[in-house]
Amino acid sequence: MSTPATQVPVEPLPLPAERRDDAPAWGIFDRIGVVLAWVAGITLCLIAAAIVIYMLFRGLQYVNLHLIVTHPEVGLDQSKTGGFLDPIIGTVILTVLGTAIALPIGVAIAVWLSEYGRPRGLARAVESGVEIVAGTPSIVLAIFGLLLFSQGIFGFLSFTAEGNAVFGRSFFTAGAMMSLIALPLVVGSTREALHAIPDHVREASYALGKDRASTIRRVLIPGSRSGIATGASLGMGRIAGDTAIVVILLGATLTLQGVGGVPGLSTLKGTGSTLTTYVYNNSPSGEGGAPEKAYAAAFVLLMIVILLNFAVDLIARRRKAQWRA
Amino acid sequence: MEGMTPPPVRRIVVDQAPTTVLPQGPALDGRRTNGPAGAPSALARQAGRPRHVAERMRIEELSVAYSGKLAVNRVSLSVRQGEVLALIGPSGCGKTTLLRSLNRLVDLTPNATRSGYIMLDGVDVDQLDVTNLRRQVGMVFQQPNPFPMSIFDNVAYGLRERGSRRPSRRSLAPSVAETLQRAGLYDEVKDELSRPALGLSGGQQQRLCIARSLAVRPEVLLLDEPCSALDPLSTQAIEDLIVQLRSEVAIVIVTHNLQQAYRVADRVAFMYLGDLVEYGEADQVFGAPQAQRTRQYVSGAFG
Repeated sequence: MSTPATQVPVEPLPLPAERRDDAPAWGIFDRIGVVLAWVAGITLCLIAAAIVIYMLFRGLQYVNLHLIVTHPEVGLDQSKTGGFLDPIIGTVILTVLGTAIALPIGVAIAVWLSEYGRPRGLARAVESGVEIVAGTPSIVLAIFGLLLFSQGIFGFLSFTAEGNAVFGRSFFTAGAMMSLIALPLVVGSTREALHAIPDHVREASYALGKDRASTIRRVLIPGSRSGIATGASLGMGRIAGDTAIVVILLGATLTLQGVGGVPGLSTLKGTGSTLTTYVYNNSPSGEGGAPEKAYAAAFVLLMIVILLNFAVDLIARRRKAQWRA
Repeated sequence: MEGMTPPPVRRIVVDQAPTTVLPQGPALDGRRTNGPAGAPSALARQAGRPRHVAERMRIEELSVAYSGKLAVNRVSLSVRQGEVLALIGPSGCGKTTLLRSLNRLVDLTPNATRSGYIMLDGVDVDQLDVTNLRRQVGMVFQQPNPFPMSIFDNVAYGLRERGSRRPSRRSLAPSVAETLQRAGLYDEVKDELSRPALGLSGGQQQRLCIARSLAVRPEVLLLDEPCSALDPLSTQAIEDLIVQLRSEVAIVIVTHNLQQAYRVADRVAFMYLGDLVEYGEADQVFGAPQAQRTRQYVSGAFG
């Protein structure tokens, strides 16, 4: 044990062989690949910039406060058709409604899949279900929703005509179908966030005598807040940009058409339109011939979506939970 | 043990004494001595030890297997109040599994099976409600893992029971402050109790995790390599804390760091491939190990 330390001979490490300057560091295919990657990245940036700049240019030309704060009106004379206040309100209501439905359900599905996931078969079925919903075109969802919500038992969600024919078109029914568009995004990003929480964090909670339910509620959901917010913002963007469901399930009426006497509820039970259908109806390719208003509305829509993403991003970044590796 | 053919070990200068450096600075409190090869001042170590040691936990013939593969093989040990027990041994020797059995955390691992007895104050842990057991046997993990909430809420986490009547922040504040003081963190964080805990440094986070466990007043504290992710200064802070805490709580620490085991432990259990090879006072295990394997391990011949 206590014999004096034996001297270990120290030899200098061999120096790496000198690299020949004429040797090609990269093969030709690697070089082409790098160039293609650069081109692809820059092209994408240019496309995004082109969209924003073009919309800025065309939109700012026509947009003004008057358009944003006045109700639209039907008329042949362009100067008398008003603004697009109602479609803006419609977009906001529909987005909030759809997200409000998708968020709790999506988080619940993600928590179940990630924290329980038993029996395996059921979990796999749920996963495929979410994927199928994600892959279904929104027009198909819309038609399905119309079929569903025109049934008598859903009469409380929309306008019921005389003879008990249920109209099936309202903010409620459109919001319900819109939530299906946001749902897969919420599930996906919440699951990802839950996976990113190390297992020893869960164990630390169990080691304090907490059960799984309170661990999920107090540790895991707060810890995946940023992922949940990301999913919500992606979902909001998709809802705000969807047209098919608005055309079929919201009636795409120019103004908000309330049903019943209760303020607020009557709007939600009634029909309306969003900026997307407004753009469609006024664009040169659509029915109307008011391209200026279409450009202005498209610009406002773009701004709403960009601001939305930015705001949620900001919240998510400030609250980001990060454990050491 | 001697009859078994030992697996091939990588021999690195067997006869050479490990380089030892005397610790410097104010933290030198007499209990700290230089490493295993130096002459330990047994008297100084003895002086800091409480007279009466009560057995808190007893492990009898404990075996744990993962999918039938034994990780801990018929280990019997006892954990005493007022002592620090260090579990040492090379990777995969079952020391972490043993530690995780003590608060039944190993039960969460699918395919894990456990046999033998673990008693807490004379009661089989399987008879205890798992919530109660885990509140009496706290645990700190290898990686600092504060919860994504404020410093205050982290410490208060264990104090807040499930159910509708959640104690208010004001009623918890005194015990949170006291716990942070016990963990030696209060002075550093007293002005930022509402700040997120994940903004603290790694060493502070780990002391917060210790505070979080101490908040529910456990009888036993399990530490699973608590310093392996920390820098030397934070490690020293944690070791000082362990030495301080051992009078109030029985501590079991798993460590890869032999010097650390020597610095903080009163008793040492050396495990190898699931077997408990040697168990005894720290001075004896490091100074005069009985088994050949222990001798090789503490002298740095393998591991």
